[in-house]
Amino acid sequence: MSDMLSIKNLHANVDGKPILKGINLEIKAGEVHAIMGPNGSGKSTLANVLAGREGYDVTDGTVTFQGKNLLEMEPEERARAGVFLAFQYPVEIPGVSNVYLLKAAVNAARKHRGLPELDAMDFLTLVREKMQLVKMDEQFLYRAVNEGFSGGEKKRNEILQMALLEPALGVLDETDSGLDIDALKIVSDGVNALRGKDRAFVLVTHYQRLLNYVVPDYVHVLANGQIVKSGDRGLALELEKKGYGWIEGATARA
Amino acid sequence: MNAVLQTHHHYAAEFERNVAELPGAGADWLAELRRGAIDRFAAHGFPGPRDENWKYTRTAPIERRNFTCRSAAGEPLGVDQIQDVLLPNAYQLVFVNGVYRAELSNVSDMPAGVTLSSLAAVLQASPATLEGLLNRHVDQDRHPFAALNTAFVGEGAFIALAANTMLERPIQLLFVTTAAQDGHAAHPRVVVSAGDNSEATLVETHVGLGEAVSFTNLLTEVTLGRNAGLEYYRLQEESVKAFHISAVHVSQEADSRFVSTAISLGAVLSRHDIDVRLAVRGAQCSLNGLYMAAGRQHVDTHTRIDHMAPHCSSSEFYKGVLDGHGRGVFNGKVMVHPHAIKTDARQQNQNLLLSLDAEADTKPELEIYNDDVKCAHGATVGQLDADAVFYLRSRGLDETASRGLLTYAFAAEIINAIKLDAVREHLRAVVLARLPEGEHIKELV
Repeated sequence: MSDMLSIKNLHANVDGKPILKGINLEIKAGEVHAIMGPNGSGKSTLANVLAGREGYDVTDGTVTFQGKNLLEMEPEERARAGVFLAFQYPVEIPGVSNVYLLKAAVNAARKHRGLPELDAMDFLTLVREKMQLVKMDEQFLYRAVNEGFSGGEKKRNEILQMALLEPALGVLDETDSGLDIDALKIVSDGVNALRGKDRAFVLVTHYQRLLNYVVPDYVHVLANGQIVKSGDRGLALELEKKGYGWIEGATARA
Repeated sequence: MNAVLQTHHHYAAEFERNVAELPGAGADWLAELRRGAIDRFAAHGFPGPRDENWKYTRTAPIERRNFTCRSAAGEPLGVDQIQDVLLPNAYQLVFVNGVYRAELSNVSDMPAGVTLSSLAAVLQASPATLEGLLNRHVDQDRHPFAALNTAFVGEGAFIALAANTMLERPIQLLFVTTAAQDGHAAHPRVVVSAGDNSEATLVETHVGLGEAVSFTNLLTEVTLGRNAGLEYYRLQEESVKAFHISAVHVSQEADSRFVSTAISLGAVLSRHDIDVRLAVRGAQCSLNGLYMAAGRQHVDTHTRIDHMAPHCSSSEFYKGVLDGHGRGVFNGKVMVHPHAIKTDARQQNQNLLLSLDAEADTKPELEIYNDDVKCAHGATVGQLDADAVFYLRSRGLDETASRGLLTYAFAAEIINAIKLDAVREHLRAVVLARLPEGEHIKELV
């Protein structure tokens, strides 16, 4: 399997404060990696650095995505090249209807790949098909982006966007947080449907529960800005049983 | 000091030069009205920085230019040049450089009970019609430009609706300023008298063709009878060198409704005053607006609502988009008089700053003289939400388009609320055209 994402010795600051302190991670196409860790360990920072959010300053290390230097790319270039961030807190955008944003996003990606833009009819056919995947009603298309959506609806909308954009790499930043079990299943089904040999996922999560539904190939534990332990799904189950205390204790001693 | 005196002398001299030729010059009451107004203006002069109502807006650039108060009329202008600002299916009076142009206007098929006429024609033929209507509720001491307008009152429009008249098609008053108006001032006056239970839509459009350093000083007076309704639009799209002062004075009888949408996009310096008197129980007004300034533009909106009777309601919603060195001013005064119990007054002003040098000054003023009222106001000045910009970029939109889209979405709250389709679509196009990547954004909203 080919290399999708290679993170080497990544250091990043937020507001001048070091948050990531030497992350190393290799992800191949077809793999699902879960990043777990206590609050403040740097999980969301890692997700945001990958997507290119302003205010997250990389101070050392490299990130290579499909052989290209990801850190040199603008957020929109990363998106078009196939990196998708599902937001922990999807943003409400009054005045911009969901369907138009979805269409613009899809066509920006298609243009980048040298494909013809979809017209309104073809796009609607596509979006209707993908909406089934996350069990979203068509009325959500015509509402303003995320405006007045419930927490679960916002997360489903993120997965819908991902399903439409068909990214090479999906980074899900605590997509499971705050979801009831029904919504969690819908979101998980959506992610599972997108799994494939050409696509990789990074699941940033605080809770093991998601991993019952989206079974990862690897689990990494992040604490104090570093990956302190890696393993398979068994590690997640162990974390659930013991909590994060023993990991933090172990790093403090180290 | 000398310069100031000279300016007053300038307009006083302009008055003397023109007064004999103003329409209806033979009517004594009108002559008195005009002379009283120029005396008032000469005594007060242009509003200065110490005038609280003009604290943020300097009129010196207008004062200094000593505009000629006679229009550069007679310029040939074809309908094709104004086609894209003519509302479809509307009755129209067209004014070029302040002067009525019958050949460009459309007043055919006017239903019974409606008068739509050039003001100059009425003042010429039957000035008595307007006695008591002109300056009915205008406080010339508080509004020096209203005094100046009154001194030169002549050109403009007269709209009268008989009781129970429902006008289905909108009326458009189109004021076109051309390059020939450079150095000239126009003082158009619009008088609207709506009888009991009448209903109409009025659109005032101000456009500049060519870049003239011109001065428009417009005054619109509206009287609404019992249960009458007026939907009023004012679209100011003057060229970027123009000076534009305009005011609307509204007086409302019981249960009448005044809904205003004021859009200010053009002119280097513009000021719009709306004064509403909710004089009798149950009157309602809703004042909405959007102003945009870029480059060196300065745009000022002053509203004043007098709640003078019980059970009246007012709402205000204004948004400003300021870019470059642009500056926006909003001052909303609501005065609730002692007997105006059960008043419901809401006011909201939101400003979006797109550059470091842009500025917004916003000042809500509520004066409440009884304790049985519901009043709320809020003002914000902010920038584009960085999270929203990032969200759009993370979906593949480039930064310029993302910012443009969010800016449009901010303005669209005012635009989308516009009931008249043609006005709404026109504004969508005009506002989008001002934004970078507007063509691209058009498909997203």
